[in-house]
Amino acid sequence: MIRLIEKTPCEALLPVTCGALTLREIVGDRVTSVAPLKGQGAKLATALKKLGLGWPAPNTAIASATAAILWTGRDQAFLIGADPEGLDGLAALTDQSDGWARMRLEGPGAADVLARLVPLDLRGFAPGQAARSQLGHMMAILTAPEKGSFDIMVFRSMAETAVHEIHHAMKAVSARAAL
Amino acid sequence: MRITCPLCGDRDRREFYYYGDAVYADRPAEGAAPEAWDAYLHLRDNPAGETRDLWYHEMGCSAWIEVTRNTVTHAVLATRLLAERGQTGEGGPSGEGEPKPRRKGKPE
Ligand SMILES: [Zn+2]
Repeated sequence: MIRLIEKTPCEALLPVTCGALTLREIVGDRVTSVAPLKGQGAKLATALKKLGLGWPAPNTAIASATAAILWTGRDQAFLIGADPEGLDGLAALTDQSDGWARMRLEGPGAADVLARLVPLDLRGFAPGQAARSQLGHMMAILTAPEKGSFDIMVFRSMAETAVHEIHHAMKAVSARAAL
Repeated sequence: MRITCPLCGDRDRREFYYYGDAVYADRPAEGAAPEAWDAYLHLRDNPAGETRDLWYHEMGCSAWIEVTRNTVTHAVLATRLLAERGQTGEGGPSGEGEPKPRRKGKPE
């Protein structure tokens, strides 16, 4: 029988560092797409409150000590770091844990790095916010673990391109900072 | 050019995919006369001024949006979720799918 080797989406690609900027992979959390079923919105919000979260309004994220839920589109949110306990029958649930590459960009100038790739002004982007936008030509989900740092999610199949693009922008921003 | 997504807010045009005239959302009923299908599929005005068309927030929230804009000034006058047209039933917990007044512009 073939023995498959488990690899993370950014294995052998991350971490990378440029001056004070770092990009590293975030691994291991369960990711569930939560899409409310018709008429179940209020019950779903209550069930999510039991998980210490809630239903996120557009462009927002709600975090507890161990988990988070991010608004990722019209009538869709991603539950990250928690099992979708008690959500059966209230929402369409899809396990997407292996479908996304997740990475964290940190350091002074992190917003300048993303300014080269994302058509949003992220200078004031802070915890509690979530954005669905594009990173280069890739769909991406952005959140802020703290102000000035970014958690970036892209489709797993685009991990290498995303790392390449972000690393390239990191090099340019740190080279400019060194002038 | 920037388009105000009713959910995401002001976004760069690059995030959107253009579909065509808003008439595409008004599909003729089954059994409609050939003339109605002809008009639906082929006959378009080409106004110098206000026009309404469908855009998809492809790189954002994946909502279909009806955009009212001016072809002369390029101003985006109003946007609303296509799902809000004649919708019945409940949307998501945040009421994202529920009918709301149009974001900007005059009432129809
Ligand atoms: Zn949107």
